[in-house]
Amino acid sequence: MSDMRVKDRKVEYRRVAYYPGCALEGTGHAYNSSTKAVGKALGLELDEVKNWNCCGAMEVKNIDPKVQTYLSSRVMSIAANEMGAKVVMAPCNGCYHNLKKAEHDLAQDADSREVVDRLSKKAGHATYRPGQLETIHALDWIKHGIGEEGLKGRIRKSLEGLKVANYYGCMYTRPRHIFPEKDKGPGSESTSKPHFMDDLLEAAAAESVDFPLKTACCGGAHTLSDSDTSTKLVLNILRAAEAAGADVIATECPTCHTGLEMHQVRAEKVLGEKTTVKMLYFTQLLGIALGLSPRQVGVQENVSDGLELLRSKRLA
Amino acid sequence: MPIHEQSLIRPENLKTHDKLVIDGVDVSGHWSTFIESRVVTDYNERLEEEIAALPGGEYIHRCWQCGSCTNSCTVNAVNPDFNPRYWIYLIRMGLESELLRDKGIIWQCVSCNKCTYACPRDVVPEGVMKATAHWLELKGHTPKSKSMIFDEEFSGQVIETGKIEEGRIIRGFFAKTAQPLTQEWLVEMAKRVARRLPIKLGMLMGFAAVFRPRTRGWGRARRAIEEYVSEQHAKQRKALGLAELVEMAQSELSSGAKRV
Repeated sequence: MSDMRVKDRKVEYRRVAYYPGCALEGTGHAYNSSTKAVGKALGLELDEVKNWNCCGAMEVKNIDPKVQTYLSSRVMSIAANEMGAKVVMAPCNGCYHNLKKAEHDLAQDADSREVVDRLSKKAGHATYRPGQLETIHALDWIKHGIGEEGLKGRIRKSLEGLKVANYYGCMYTRPRHIFPEKDKGPGSESTSKPHFMDDLLEAAAAESVDFPLKTACCGGAHTLSDSDTSTKLVLNILRAAEAAGADVIATECPTCHTGLEMHQVRAEKVLGEKTTVKMLYFTQLLGIALGLSPRQVGVQENVSDGLELLRSKRLA
Repeated sequence: MPIHEQSLIRPENLKTHDKLVIDGVDVSGHWSTFIESRVVTDYNERLEEEIAALPGGEYIHRCWQCGSCTNSCTVNAVNPDFNPRYWIYLIRMGLESELLRDKGIIWQCVSCNKCTYACPRDVVPEGVMKATAHWLELKGHTPKSKSMIFDEEFSGQVIETGKIEEGRIIRGFFAKTAQPLTQEWLVEMAKRVARRLPIKLGMLMGFAAVFRPRTRGWGRARRAIEEYVSEQHAKQRKALGLAELVEMAQSELSSGAKRV
């Protein structure tokens, strides 16, 4: 039965609806271009959700949580009802989290269903019904759509000798109850010690260092409104990665990535604490392993200058 | 004389005297320090209900004070005064004046959801923190926190156009919180990007925002959301007794005007 399931995903994930979200059109542009480039190199197709809207990130829920549920439900409704998609992929942890949370709330809570139905009708589109779509992260997409074995056969430039701290952040794993498919034992993702990014980059021969702060918080929600706290939290993460011997922190969320980059600079300027570890999106690292150039995966767009590191490892 | 567990006593409740004579006996030196006992008289019996009426606070009644939230808390690790378990206790007991002692830091919850993950009773402490911060502002105990200003700036744009543009949010937020955009670390970050990519810098700071992203045909959704949000806000004001307060103030003003 489990073999059946694996086979299904290989087929289902070959072509999925794609929800980039606002950050990937702004500061996380390199994550967007590298995700698309990696998909292309792996033969995985992306159909961008038509005329999508913002998921509300970490902010709209503080004004009204059910409006945030509605925002996600509209995106899912378009993917399911107007595009006929079965699977929607969101590379941004915030978008991914919110779609998952909306799915959970709509399945479990009658009030949420009522509010979403009311707003959807007034807005003039079909109401999203829970169960119509499966929401996945870019990590699931590659892990289940291609798999480590599939990746190994396509590696053109081994990442051997590159020490990576895999950083997953908060929204990919917490709270546990909105990710019913996680924590299901071998083969499934873990919410306490996530490993999908480790698995994929190890398939490209990178070395995952033992990094205790995989799911620590970067303070992204208050990156500008409480910068001092965010700087302390980021500095912890950077220092832990350096202590673990990492050359680079691999990221899978535009908010985390920008937060690490911003507060690395801020820690240096405000606290006089200099760290040298670099940040690259995991899709940038995978892209390079698949033979793409640093420019094709947008390394030049990062604040943290990964080019020098890639050159020193003969990857650029 | 050293006092055991002195860290548990508030400094203002420690009374130390250099010279002290009690009933004609000079006790200076040895017996010179006293702890003023705490007396709480002003319970707000509706405090828990009020927090529960705000989004996020709905499940506060489930708490059994295990402390998993504080134990797992990201902000607590940075600032030990940040104590969700304690605040939930105070709210449930109606100890409003005690809660107000920490009014300046409750908004600092970073929504990492470690507490919600750890909570064995599904209290959603992260939501309770947001509800409490919101309550403090609605009741006028604290000015709008920077976090709330950011949330409003962000949500305002989403509701208006369906999408956000980061540069516009950053500019709006810095303007509303009266912070200069030319802070040294921001300038340094901009320089590092500019070396390689002047266009990205433009996007980041919004200087070159060519067009404003928006979702097509968003108008109907916008009106529906605005209508819903204003309904919810009215409900919340009612639950917190704010509507009555406004009415009282208005009637007092008008009766005052009559007297004059």
